[in-house]
Amino acid sequence: MRKYVLTKVVQLLAVSFIISVAVFLLVHLLPGDPTVTILGPDDTPQNKAILLHQLGLDKGLVTQYWTWLDNVFHGNLGRSFTTRQSVTNALSVAVPIDVELIVVSQVMALVVAIPLALLAARRPNRYLDRIATTTSFGLLALPVFVISTIGTLILAVKLHALPATGFTRLSQSFGDNLRSVLLPSIALALGSVAIYYRLLRSDLVGTLQEDFVTMARSKGLSTFYVLTRHALRPSSFSLLAGLGISIGSLFTGAFVVEYIFQLPGIGYQLWSAINARDYLVVQGMALVAAIAYLFINFVIDFLLTTLDPRVRRA
Amino acid sequence: MPDPSSTSDSGAPGPGDAGASVLVATQVEAERAPPATAATAPARRKLGVLFWICLGWVVAMALLAILASLLPLKNPNFQNYNALNTGPSLHNLLGTDDLGRDLLARIIFGSRVSLSVGFASVALGMLVGGTLGMIAGYRGGITDNLINAGSFVILAFPPFLAILVVEAFWQPTTLLKLIIIFAAVGAPQLFRVVRASTLAATGRDYVVAARALGATHRRIVTREILPNVVPAAISFALIGVALAIVIEGSLAFLGLSIKLPTASLGNIISAGTQNNNLQTNIYPALLPSLYIFLLLSALTLMGDRLRSRFDVKEVSI
Repeated sequence: MRKYVLTKVVQLLAVSFIISVAVFLLVHLLPGDPTVTILGPDDTPQNKAILLHQLGLDKGLVTQYWTWLDNVFHGNLGRSFTTRQSVTNALSVAVPIDVELIVVSQVMALVVAIPLALLAARRPNRYLDRIATTTSFGLLALPVFVISTIGTLILAVKLHALPATGFTRLSQSFGDNLRSVLLPSIALALGSVAIYYRLLRSDLVGTLQEDFVTMARSKGLSTFYVLTRHALRPSSFSLLAGLGISIGSLFTGAFVVEYIFQLPGIGYQLWSAINARDYLVVQGMALVAAIAYLFINFVIDFLLTTLDPRVRRA
Repeated sequence: MPDPSSTSDSGAPGPGDAGASVLVATQVEAERAPPATAATAPARRKLGVLFWICLGWVVAMALLAILASLLPLKNPNFQNYNALNTGPSLHNLLGTDDLGRDLLARIIFGSRVSLSVGFASVALGMLVGGTLGMIAGYRGGITDNLINAGSFVILAFPPFLAILVVEAFWQPTTLLKLIIIFAAVGAPQLFRVVRASTLAATGRDYVVAARALGATHRRIVTREILPNVVPAAISFALIGVALAIVIEGSLAFLGLSIKLPTASLGNIISAGTQNNNLQTNIYPALLPSLYIFLLLSALTLMGDRLRSRFDVKEVSI
């Protein structure tokens, strides 16, 4: 077990290093002079030289990387060219929004998906299962931007209740905060429900065929007890893996929802930084998001091993 | 439970299947879950009517997109200020948008972007990832370890972020660049699928027998292994196409895909929702959404059918 964890940690560090190099090189590898992209083609050579110096681009590549990494470790991810706001500052605004969106939407998704999967797996291929499985297919074919558009269509045009845009902090007003997070969370949750339902259902169907379930049934335990206490845990590994990937990608994948509802999360800020060609912000946020993605998956891997004794021994 | 077709060597959910091997979570299901109804329903012998309907639909849409410039369609970028936001009529079959552009033409020309990014990027990704997957799975040893490690590095990046950031730095965005970026992000996923099926096939008795009979590597790979890899590869490729279309649509919706005024399904929807356009005319937002919904449904259904038709066989051997 200790060796397993150790290997994983070494892997995590190695991949983090590669990610940091890749994100660092983004500005360098891609074609075009960064000063031209930032200042525009018509600026004076003096200004370009100043900018090169400010960016540290006049030094060697390795030196640049170490300076950059050193700054990153000291919490300095650079500053926006347009707003002069530091990237860490922007992140401190963005991260709580994303965390809240992720928590609310994923809790919603799980609350719907788990009972539904339990009910459907109890009698596979019967009506409930068929309906739920077909619906989940439908939901998978609805990208967030389509769900949000149709949602806005219904709310704004049919019910004349415009969806709330903008964000109110939890510390300011609980009700307003909830209102600003509710619709985006539902939009995100719908897709997740379909994924979680399908993952859990197919694993449950498999587990319910196993001998220990028959054994539990023959002891006279109720179906509810068998489903929740015996079958759920060994069936939850794919679900957990899916959850990890979902959460990790939502850190940046909530772009569309944040854009529609004007929530200044990481996705939205990245979007505006990209539009403003604000490369340092893009670089800083990409680094943080990629590391977060990696780290969440590491935690999920770890959880999987503690939940599944077979992996622990392997 | 670790499923039989798990992609990682130990059968344990390592970073391979749990951590990063999937484009989005939809694919976990495909990769980790046992064939959906294997336990309860007998293996499907046929692909079913629905599969062929879906295939027909996708082919029809592809033909429309390919032949768009030969069809009697209006210019998708022509702005007719005398016919703004008209509903469906004989003159404009699906009506016009807020700039008086013909919606039918825009959707069909827009689908060109979605479909070509979807199919071409997956084809390119499959060419690279699939070839490497077969090499890695067949050769094993150091070759396998090296290519595998390479795939993990790319997979460590959240895919949407990777696409977005590379695209942001690699301006201006063109169709070819989009295809290359999407292919680069998709290749490692396809690599893992192909490598896993190759590994499974390489261990089979008939491959050992072929080797004992003195068959060349080329013959073993193309005649014995490839036919076993193709069904799994195609079913995952279809999911890949669907995902690529979703991501391209999202980028276009955010205004980060092909530059305007070139139509793309995502930017038609996006334009249809802005400036209170929804109140005046819902079609520009609704119809492309419907198009995407039907296209994605067809693709995911086809992938699912192919899996339940072929995976069962693969697992039971």
